[in-house]
Amino acid sequence: MDFATIIEILDSAVRLGTPLLLACLAGLFSERAGIFDIGLEGKMLMAAFFSGAVAAVTGNAWLGLLAGIGGSMSLAMVHGLASITFRGNQLISGVAVNFLASGFTVLIAQSWFQQGGRTPQLSGNGRFEPITLPGAEAVKDVPVIGQIYSNLISGHSILVYVAFAMVPLTWWVLFRTRFGLRLRAVGENPESVDTAGVSVIRLRYTAVAITGALAGLAGTYLATGLAAGFVKEMTAGRGYIALAALIFAKWRPVPALGATMLFGLLEAISNRYPNIDLGVVNLPIQFMQAVPYILTVVILAGFIGKAIPPRAGGQPYVKER
Amino acid sequence: MVGAQANEAGRQATAALATQAPAIELKGISKAFGTVQANKDISIRVMPGTIHGIIGENGAGKSTLMSILYGFYKADAGEIWIKGQRTQIPDSQAAISAGIGMVFQHFKLVQNFTVLENIILGAEDGALLRPSLAKARKELKRLAEEYELNVDPDELIEELSVGHQQRVEILKALYRQADILILDEPTGVLTPAEADHLFRILDNLRKEGKTIILITHKLREIMEITDTVSVMRRGQMTATVKTAETSPEQLAELMVGRKVLLNVTKAPAQPGKTVLEVEKLRVVDEDGIERLKGIDLNIRAGEILGIAGVAGNGQSELLEVLGGFAKATGTIRVNGEEIDLTGKHSDGQSRRRRGISHVPEDRHHLGLILDFAAWENMIFGYHNDAAYQKNAFVMDNAGIVQHTQEAMERFDVRPPIPTLPAKSFSGGNQQKIVLAREIERNPTLLLVGQPTRGVDIGAIEFIHKRIVELRDQGAAILLVSVELDEIRSLADRVAVMFDGRIMGHGPVESATQTGMGCLMAGLGGDDVRGMDGWTISDEAAPEETA
Amino acid sequence: MEKTPKWVDVALIPVLNLLIAFVISGIVVLLIGEDPIKAIKVMVSGALGSPYGWGYTLYYATNFIFTGLAVAVAYHASQFNIGGEGQATLGGLGVALVLLAFPWPHWSIALIAAMIGGALFGAAWAAVPAYLQAKRGSHIVITTIMFNFIGASLLNYMLVNVLRPRGAMDPATARFAKETYLPTFHDLPLIGQFFSKSVPANVSFFIALLACWLVWILIWRTKLGFEIRAFGRSETAARYAGISPVKVIMVAMLISGGLAGLMAINNVMGQGHRLVLNSVEGAGFIGIAVALMGRNHPVGVFLAAILFGFLYQGGGELALETTIPRELITVIQALVILFTGAFDNMLRAPIEHFFVARANAQKEA
Repeated sequence: MDFATIIEILDSAVRLGTPLLLACLAGLFSERAGIFDIGLEGKMLMAAFFSGAVAAVTGNAWLGLLAGIGGSMSLAMVHGLASITFRGNQLISGVAVNFLASGFTVLIAQSWFQQGGRTPQLSGNGRFEPITLPGAEAVKDVPVIGQIYSNLISGHSILVYVAFAMVPLTWWVLFRTRFGLRLRAVGENPESVDTAGVSVIRLRYTAVAITGALAGLAGTYLATGLAAGFVKEMTAGRGYIALAALIFAKWRPVPALGATMLFGLLEAISNRYPNIDLGVVNLPIQFMQAVPYILTVVILAGFIGKAIPPRAGGQPYVKER
Repeated sequence: MVGAQANEAGRQATAALATQAPAIELKGISKAFGTVQANKDISIRVMPGTIHGIIGENGAGKSTLMSILYGFYKADAGEIWIKGQRTQIPDSQAAISAGIGMVFQHFKLVQNFTVLENIILGAEDGALLRPSLAKARKELKRLAEEYELNVDPDELIEELSVGHQQRVEILKALYRQADILILDEPTGVLTPAEADHLFRILDNLRKEGKTIILITHKLREIMEITDTVSVMRRGQMTATVKTAETSPEQLAELMVGRKVLLNVTKAPAQPGKTVLEVEKLRVVDEDGIERLKGIDLNIRAGEILGIAGVAGNGQSELLEVLGGFAKATGTIRVNGEEIDLTGKHSDGQSRRRRGISHVPEDRHHLGLILDFAAWENMIFGYHNDAAYQKNAFVMDNAGIVQHTQEAMERFDVRPPIPTLPAKSFSGGNQQKIVLAREIERNPTLLLVGQPTRGVDIGAIEFIHKRIVELRDQGAAILLVSVELDEIRSLADRVAVMFDGRIMGHGPVESATQTGMGCLMAGLGGDDVRGMDGWTISDEAAPEETA
Repeated sequence: MEKTPKWVDVALIPVLNLLIAFVISGIVVLLIGEDPIKAIKVMVSGALGSPYGWGYTLYYATNFIFTGLAVAVAYHASQFNIGGEGQATLGGLGVALVLLAFPWPHWSIALIAAMIGGALFGAAWAAVPAYLQAKRGSHIVITTIMFNFIGASLLNYMLVNVLRPRGAMDPATARFAKETYLPTFHDLPLIGQFFSKSVPANVSFFIALLACWLVWILIWRTKLGFEIRAFGRSETAARYAGISPVKVIMVAMLISGGLAGLMAINNVMGQGHRLVLNSVEGAGFIGIAVALMGRNHPVGVFLAAILFGFLYQGGGELALETTIPRELITVIQALVILFTGAFDNMLRAPIEHFFVARANAQKEA
């Protein structure tokens, strides 16, 4: 394997890791506020469809992005209504959101485009095209550093850069702002927030809305960046892998970057080398696909550092008598 | 001594401020939950710079009243006046802006935040944290010096002792410029030394002109620190008096509506052979904290051993180990046979098979399954008994219902309907269900934790009578209670627990109130040495070092 | 307390929730330019209007009874088993391995062996998440989700690399021997004359009914069921009573996984006659809706399974006769889960309030 191949695989890992990263950060906001979200998959799917559909009709990826975020946010609000207002079971609500998206997208896609549940192929301004960073062409032939800059760092769509920028931003919001302090507090002990005269409901809805927006970005990237249009069930379990990454990262933004890029790398490797022969054993592609899930189970089992979720996670907030 | 001075200072303050508007005035507050009238036409006036006590039994409506004052509930009727102004308190934010701070019984702190972060939460100055934290650090230093409220601002809450956590709660209120402070049962979780420190803080606050409302069910505290006191009973305010002009006896009478005769008539114990022997019992909890630090005790047949102590000094863990749901090291023998403390036979089922029955401290979370019907609860823990099986596969539900019906009548459970879920019964009747289940096994050893907590007076008498009856039938009984009066009236021997150890034990007759108080605080001293027939632990510190 | 009549909880609220789900689905149908009344007619006639339709409805219902019971049993132990899909997938593998391993002389013996194989494999797939929950406190919802995916990968590997007959292209096992084919409703005495040969409903349906009855006995009549329910309602009280949390979680999840795995006697042994990829077709997830709708009671699960069987078959007909894709069923399923599960309090709170107020009024009168 030469250096160029490694760069190629890494480049592919970044592309594949980006939707995971966005979805993972989406889940981070919700779960840090004490709302479990296993509905990331559904929100991404909804965003993928609406962004794909609107971009196809208008030919404008930015309008697609808005529509994608809108679609994802509407499901986020359903989840908020169930989890916050009606104090329902957040896991059940998440399951419902996933099915709602999976049925609804095909239903509407068929009704609007009659292409068997897909949107028309996107091209030109309908997609978020790769951006060539300044100087990328010039340094292309400089060994190592130049190659890394022009082939790995440069040449991604705007949403990839947004996703990477979201990591420090999320960290800063969470740990350096009033909103972040309250958000973390509401996920650990909502009573502390309530008795301090801050609305638990408003905080949690805000968190759920941010989750909707970020999952919207993730889905939009799938349909308008990674692929060129929406295809039925195109999220293909990425929402769950993002959830796995969130646990893997123990609900922290910087490790979330590491976890999602690792999972992206695994996917990139298995795409390129369906079967990996290690001499002793032959790793089939199915194993590579299952690795993120297996790793998450191992982490959850606490064999490699215990993953402790926010303490108030999953419990609806009811004022004590 | 502190209390007397405090009262004097308080009275002066009251006199000086008599012409001022009251800090808080409630007029005709009523609140109902469904059919339960939690507060009925309540009116009080609290003058600035005083400490006002509100005393009443569990369930008298004290906490509801304070929740209304803090904006948790909306009163059905009535008015709230703060510093002479009619004030609406729809939420906690409004209460905070009105200058009210509340220290809840269960602290509202974020465990993995630092003290500083907890202090500023909800009272930040701007969108960014850094300036707020710096300001809070300075302010905290000032408050610490002014009121003896020292805590390390950078410590995580989970690393702090309960007493320090409470200080953080008080600091939170003060940081928000509260001049009216409400404390709900603040000493329930404190050691006597911590409680004394708290009272010094409260006294300092009063001297600075703050108004304090102290909610408690402990008469001693009311007498020690308050200037005025209101008594609540069944949702109503039955009296408001000056503390100096009342006595504990009068307050107790006002609380319960009639003179309480807690002394159970019982014959002297006739102890038989030793049933329970505990040696060097140690328990380490999940966080690695040692909860029991070497307990030795024994109980003979036909004898009640009372365990006295402030809640949280290892009594619960002792019951858990004996009852078979916590692991321990050391030795426990029942009728001379050693029982398993860590292995396969250390569970509650094995304990029950050995004739150990257990009326747990917390009937809602341990003793009963609230959603289960009375008949299901009546066999809970004994559901594997052959008597309840129809055949090898299924249980004899009809027979169990029948059995429950009879037991409910014997124990005067009202209403005697076996199919009613446990949550539909009152506290006293729930406790009778648990008691019926455990006592009717004729256990060789009965463990009883807080048998009359949240139970009405009528049921208390009944429950006490049944426990003594079981003793007279030859059972050994371990009674854990935080109510000293209950220990005194039921137990034959008393052991006092402090910090996971037994500080001393001896006959109930020679136990003095002050002596037991010292032991409960982990102290030795003259009062303790004066108790005849008592064995005092070496761990009990001489009084001077307190 | 307890002033709400029981029928409100077991009948009124589920029916109202269902009604809301249907009304919203109707609105969705209107929005995509179709006629909801016509859609219902197509569904009813397609699923219930003929023995043929019934044959499919009951076939689907059989799957959902198994997965619904699986979710319900775990739920009684307060475990949310979202892994029915993976457990049923593995159950399929177990059934296939059993049927391919031995030349079974008669379907009845093969059925017993297949049931053991399916249940064992399903239970095994639930065992790891159950163990991790019981011993290490790993959230069972997340681990069972993960095991769904791991199970899918495992099956994929087995079908592509191990079980695929030499020379075959599609990832599937060889066909099972004819002797192992289960009698369909067409082959049965008395009712056989009504059903055509092509109807997939088979004797597994009766096994499913038996499973309902056994689960009822287990939960409400046995010591084990008592312990499961006690643990499910209050973990602390169960510990006080000496009920082992590890035992309850393990046993309940093994039974749950076993029930999900048993589904394979219907879809793999009874209908597919070979194991293919994704033979479960989401039935594991529908089990969640079925259990929620049926309030975790076997009778409720049975009724809800029939309802979803109807939806599934009706939805298929819908896709054939109108332009509405069968994903409408997924939407209805989602709405049922949403309203009976997550939005439960939306109706429950006002309805219970109404009954409490009425009871109080009667008391005062």
